[in-house]
Amino acid sequence: MFSELPLLSLVIWTPILGGLLVLATGSHRRGGLQAKVLTLLVSLLTFALSVLLFTGFDTTTAEMQFTELQPWIATFNVYYHLGVDGISMPLIVLTTFTTALVVIAGWEVIKTKPAQYMAAFLILEGLMNGAFASLDAMLFYVFWEALLIPMFIIIGIWGGPNRVYATLKFFLYTFLGSVFMLVALIYLYFQTGTFEIGDFHAVQIGLTAQIWLFLAFLVAFAVKVPMWPVHTWLPDAHVEAPTGGSVILAAIMLKLGAYGFLRFSLPITPDASHSLDWLMILLSLVAVVYIGFVALIQQDMKKLIAYSSISHMGFVTLGFFVAFSIFENTGSWRGVAMGIEGGMVQMISHGFVSGAMFLCVGVLYDRLHSRQIADYGGVVNTMPLFAGFMVLFAMANAGLPGTAGFVGEFMVILSAFKANFWYAFLAATTLILGAAYTLWMVKRVIYGKVVHEGVATLKDINAREFLFLGVLAVAVLALGLWPAPLLEVMGPTVANLVEHIAVSKL
Amino acid sequence: MNFETPDFLPVVPELFVLGMACLILVVDLFLSDRSRVVTYLMSQATLVGALVVTLGLSSPIAQVTMNGTFVLDPMATLLKSVVYIASFVAFLYAKDYLRARSLFKGEFFLLGLFAVLGMMVLISAHSMLTVYLGLELMSLSLYAMVALQRNSATASEAAMKYFILGAMASAMLLYGMSMLYGATGTLDLGELGARVQGAGPSSLVLVFGLVFLIVGIAFKLGAVPFHMWVPDVYHGAPTAVTLFVSSAPKLAAFAMLMRLLVDGLPGLHGHWQDMLILLAVLSVALGNVLAIAQANIKRLLAYSGISHVGFLLMGVLAGTPEGYAAGMYYAIAYVIMTLGGFGMVILMSRAGFEADRLEDYKGLNERSPWFALMMLILMFSMAGVPPFLGFWAKLAVLEAVVSIDLIWVAVVAVVFSVIGAFYYLRVVKYMYFDKPEDEHSLVAGSDLRFLLSANGLAVLGLGIFPGSLLALCASAIG
Repeated sequence: MFSELPLLSLVIWTPILGGLLVLATGSHRRGGLQAKVLTLLVSLLTFALSVLLFTGFDTTTAEMQFTELQPWIATFNVYYHLGVDGISMPLIVLTTFTTALVVIAGWEVIKTKPAQYMAAFLILEGLMNGAFASLDAMLFYVFWEALLIPMFIIIGIWGGPNRVYATLKFFLYTFLGSVFMLVALIYLYFQTGTFEIGDFHAVQIGLTAQIWLFLAFLVAFAVKVPMWPVHTWLPDAHVEAPTGGSVILAAIMLKLGAYGFLRFSLPITPDASHSLDWLMILLSLVAVVYIGFVALIQQDMKKLIAYSSISHMGFVTLGFFVAFSIFENTGSWRGVAMGIEGGMVQMISHGFVSGAMFLCVGVLYDRLHSRQIADYGGVVNTMPLFAGFMVLFAMANAGLPGTAGFVGEFMVILSAFKANFWYAFLAATTLILGAAYTLWMVKRVIYGKVVHEGVATLKDINAREFLFLGVLAVAVLALGLWPAPLLEVMGPTVANLVEHIAVSKL
Repeated sequence: MNFETPDFLPVVPELFVLGMACLILVVDLFLSDRSRVVTYLMSQATLVGALVVTLGLSSPIAQVTMNGTFVLDPMATLLKSVVYIASFVAFLYAKDYLRARSLFKGEFFLLGLFAVLGMMVLISAHSMLTVYLGLELMSLSLYAMVALQRNSATASEAAMKYFILGAMASAMLLYGMSMLYGATGTLDLGELGARVQGAGPSSLVLVFGLVFLIVGIAFKLGAVPFHMWVPDVYHGAPTAVTLFVSSAPKLAAFAMLMRLLVDGLPGLHGHWQDMLILLAVLSVALGNVLAIAQANIKRLLAYSGISHVGFLLMGVLAGTPEGYAAGMYYAIAYVIMTLGGFGMVILMSRAGFEADRLEDYKGLNERSPWFALMMLILMFSMAGVPPFLGFWAKLAVLEAVVSIDLIWVAVVAVVFSVIGAFYYLRVVKYMYFDKPEDEHSLVAGSDLRFLLSANGLAVLGLGIFPGSLLALCASAIG
């Protein structure tokens, strides 16, 4: 009965129009209660719509589903073309899920201009959904760039003391990356005559041109992921952003970059991806190992989680780009899919886990207004319930089997083995490093004796906080124990992608 | 002697504006200062009437009349229509500003109307003489407008600079024209195009003349390295005049570029392409870099305008119909955005307070969330961030240069537009992230508020649905 609805348009425009409505009607009086209620309703409605996407999804095909096609700009041959496959659909559900949690998490915390805060998140949600659902490259680019604006505002208005620096750095870094992609897209437009991503996939391109295109896409996506060495905006942005902003950044925005590799880089420039895969593997391993060490020495909890995000995203890109080495080693394209699927699972699980970690830090920050590890210690004595959640999420962050964090990492390490022992060896160090930096932080924050006065007066989490942490805990465990539905959804699409990149475009 | 009566029909809009301007000139003499608003209303009515007449006369075929000196084609119709609308908006924004500074005189509107007439003649020029005629009528009116505030030293200085440099540029242009005339023996642009084609592209005197033409055009557009007057004039002139100078005349200058180079010298495309690449790259680079150092928003918008001119030139230098359409689209988009930008400066100002420092925008989101949002839209649009109008304009010109394989120009342009994004973001930063220092409420009248909102929303609306304006530009080039 829902199959006739333009579901993708609805998950894009419901939050955007809802956000504008909140902006227009929401007063900041009475703590912006009306705006908050309206925002919650809109975000829950959007989540419900995205659940329909999940339930109505046909897991037997790699075809684009729920497609919508309307002419948009005749002069440039740009279409309003939407559709999802097994790669983008889970990311849309993740987006709507996370946004609803963020709205709940910001409920009592945001005191200045709550209506604008809520509206910014709703508009951001719609734009992110649009980026994941676009099948037209120009439409994708419009969403991709436009979502910088609400994020710029969110960090700049509700962020910490150094927020202006952080938000400018965030915006300019990502903007610089994207404009190269814009030139690449225009170049592809003159090769194909359209902005259809599907036509970009099919077009034959010479190796030199492919390498330039690959590099242009790389700049755009590497900044977003972020990969070493263009990751430096992330710790700043994460630390200064309000909790909700950090959650969205880590859980979804970073995924946009990884999604770009799957949607653009690999299928459009398979030969360049093949000849430059050493670079990608190198950068991924540097992120995993070096950034892991960097995380170890952080004194600021948010910064630590930010670096751990970079390290985990290194796994995602590693999973995507070991494909070619596996093929060279084993001579067959079977087994390649596991690396890509592992990267995908890692994206989703990192969405849950990093979001949960940032929310935990947010819970502590709301009480003591400090993110310094040294200001805590012995939290378990005053907040036992919270400590339980935080330990669970920390375990997931460290990749403990049974939690979401394990599945993706395990799949990636396994496929890295097929490529090269040393890739797998270096990647596996994260099991030690990740455990070290996360659990050491937990030890210093949660356990031990209460030494600070503030900690002694802490109140345990209230019902609202229990709600969002509880939902995330269920998600983390569910994905860790039973990842089959997710793998089933992405299976045919990934298989199709592997078939596609196996064919040279030269 | 064989005397033929020319077809006056295509010239009716010009005759109408001329007639009305003369009428207003006489009426204004008999008005007291209190009823000066009649002059304003008549001027606005003239612009509306001219728009109606121009649209009524529009036809898809180019009509050449007045012994081959005047042409009415779809491009002229579109550009003139935008000139009327832009001038209408500029007059409306200017009204309260002028009144608050006792500058609300008939001269502003009359000079404005004569400048509009000059732009119309320039846009419809089909002979080098007509180009010069229109250009001088426009420029002389603008010089006088800049000097309108007689007791202001900066305004007088700006007017002097503008006048002297402008006269030099006109002289250069004339010199170039004389060379072309000497080499080909014709002033008619269509005829010139045909003869240059015959002479071959390597004729030295033609190229020499071309250089001087380009200097003249680049000056009027404000392209680097002929941009020196722009920041000083924009800064020194009363904001209402800056608003007018920065908007509609850009369209006329674009038309001059099209008439002289594309209609008149298509045979020298290879030569003028190289020169325009140089001008475009320098303008984009210098405009964006120097804008970062500005603390005055009028100067900031001036340097930003210089960089926009660089983008506009990129469309034209491609030498393809799509490129010309892209250039025109960029010019129109720029005019819409700059009207909004200076309109905001006027909105924020009041008697004795110009609101032209960046600090004056601190905390605008607290004082007026609606207009902060409008300014945010304008700033992101100028920076070229989708989904606003400015993005599509940039996309159109980038497509034009990529289509002729000048990918490096596109890359340079986008890199400098990222650098440029910084100063637009800084304005947003002042508005949204800082606390207000100035607690006065905004005093602007409701007509200004309404039109400025419409202006901001147009930038958003034309960004979400850019198709129609793009198609309009494409069909105007034909």
